Amino acid sequence: MFGKFLKKSKNRNPDKPLTRNIVDGRAYATLSDYQSTGGYEGLRTAITTMDSLGVQQVVKDSELRGRGGAGFPTGLKWSFVPMGEKAPETKYFVVNADEMEPGTFKDRVLMEKDPHQLIEGMVIGSYAIRATAAYIFLRGEYHLSAERLSQAIAEAYQQGFLGKNILGSDFSLDLYLHSSAGRYICGEETALLNALEGKRAIPRAKPPFPQISGLWGKPTIVNNVETVCNLPHIFFYGVEWYAGLGRGKDQGTKLFGASGRVKNPNVWELPMGTPIREILEEHAGGMQDGYQLKGFLPGGASTDFMLPEHLDVLMDFDAIAEHGSRMGTGTMIILDDKTCPVKMVLNLEQFFSRESCGWCTPCRDGLPWVVTILEDLIAGKGQASDLELLEHQTKMMGPGNTFCALAPGAMEPLQSALKYFRGDFEKYLERPVVKEAE
Amino acid sequence: MRDQDMRVDSQLSEAEIAEVLEEASHYPEKSGASIEGLKVVQKYRGWVSNESLKQVADLLDMSVEELDGVATFYNLIYRQPVGRKVILCCDSVSCWMLGSDNIKQKISDRLGIEYGGTTSDGEYTLLPIVCLGACDHAPVLMVGDELHHNVDEAQLDQILNTRAS
Repeated sequence: MFGKFLKKSKNRNPDKPLTRNIVDGRAYATLSDYQSTGGYEGLRTAITTMDSLGVQQVVKDSELRGRGGAGFPTGLKWSFVPMGEKAPETKYFVVNADEMEPGTFKDRVLMEKDPHQLIEGMVIGSYAIRATAAYIFLRGEYHLSAERLSQAIAEAYQQGFLGKNILGSDFSLDLYLHSSAGRYICGEETALLNALEGKRAIPRAKPPFPQISGLWGKPTIVNNVETVCNLPHIFFYGVEWYAGLGRGKDQGTKLFGASGRVKNPNVWELPMGTPIREILEEHAGGMQDGYQLKGFLPGGASTDFMLPEHLDVLMDFDAIAEHGSRMGTGTMIILDDKTCPVKMVLNLEQFFSRESCGWCTPCRDGLPWVVTILEDLIAGKGQASDLELLEHQTKMMGPGNTFCALAPGAMEPLQSALKYFRGDFEKYLERPVVKEAE
Repeated sequence: MRDQDMRVDSQLSEAEIAEVLEEASHYPEKSGASIEGLKVVQKYRGWVSNESLKQVADLLDMSVEELDGVATFYNLIYRQPVGRKVILCCDSVSCWMLGSDNIKQKISDRLGIEYGGTTSDGEYTLLPIVCLGACDHAPVLMVGDELHHNVDEAQLDQILNTRAS
């Protein structure tokens, strides 16, 4: 039934579905721009030819994994939501648009340039779990995203893609934009739910998981912007097409980026499993003149450093994990040979320390402690035992010892820097201790 | 400063009340709109005074203590007067690598304020901010609602209207 769209869209880079409507010289895709490439036809297919569980099955079959950093299978996440007559009447579908991971600049592009893509994906996701209301949790500083999304939401209501009896079905949905007011911790799934309820953004204990008891105690799905933007295409082009996009083990495409001293810092939609070397050398244009690659964080501030020897690793969730890091958000931060890795780690830890919500002790007290040790070390006031102390901290704030993933994430660049750039840390110990410290 | 300059009525206006209640209608419990309610006040008054906070709390069926607990958690809710424009200087890793410390110093030199400070004419408040999600254009600044890319000294002149400190 969507053969004619398939043919039409094949001329428009179906190998880059997420960014197909991002065109040079055009500020953003309007509703008619969006519909001219098959926009809202994926939703039509889902809602008029499948029931909710059928939609869930398609997403499971697509093997779509969450693009917010953790890579959890989206269809599996959805399957934990109670369905059927005995399920609670009220359920929520929430999009995490609180993009605040340092070095990450991908969701902004999707929201600013093609806002309807996100909305269509949200209606599909909401239909899959039979949500009664949907929210976009948007970080407060993204003013342009807020403006474009608000307009797109109004248009979607006018066209019958939102509201009562969507596309003539028995499915109704209200969608709201929530504009937040800062704090990195809001990106943590359960802290986000507290924030959306109008509370301090402190993480919640799990279980119960949000799929069972989330927003106001109702079953809730929280998905990342980019994850949700994949949905219209999976239903429009089909699972087979989607599976054919990846180059490694994972399916589909991904927005990859690079920032730091590369020639062409930017974000690109590329197949999952694209080798890191290709992203850095072909797309980012290699290092700026006079700078060498020393290392990189593959997917944001809370991922372990990798080295030039890892350039041939594929940008795939499992492939990166095999080399001791995480793909995270897929936007790389490049460390050059003229930037001190110890100072870079200090900058990262200052960020995490400031953004700790203060709820649990290891994070609230441990992160400032790490910052102090690093500051002293850099100021020439360090001692040999400091490196052991830092290593101890990476264990103390590691997975399982804190309430949420903020502090363990903060420890990832530190632990890998201690491993790979040990000499740079030790160099600070060779300096004479400054007089005033004595 | 702003408080005295722009001394609007200490009572929330009809427009403010209507906007707060409109936000509240998006949630099954009114308190869901606490952050957006405070942002409505901020849009009109620049910051949230004790008087405003109490009125928003009343509108949202929250206690003052509860709402102040929320207000003081979020860094973009201002519980003290700020300048007409808030300068948010990104100090996260990609901007730091490309010289955000220097940009911050230049702003401080020019305006005579440190982080947390407001110029004596009430024009600008300077605050640090986490990654603004524009790392391909580092270093970046947000002044008011406007994002500035690849900020250098020459651009600062334009952004800050070549003001003497």
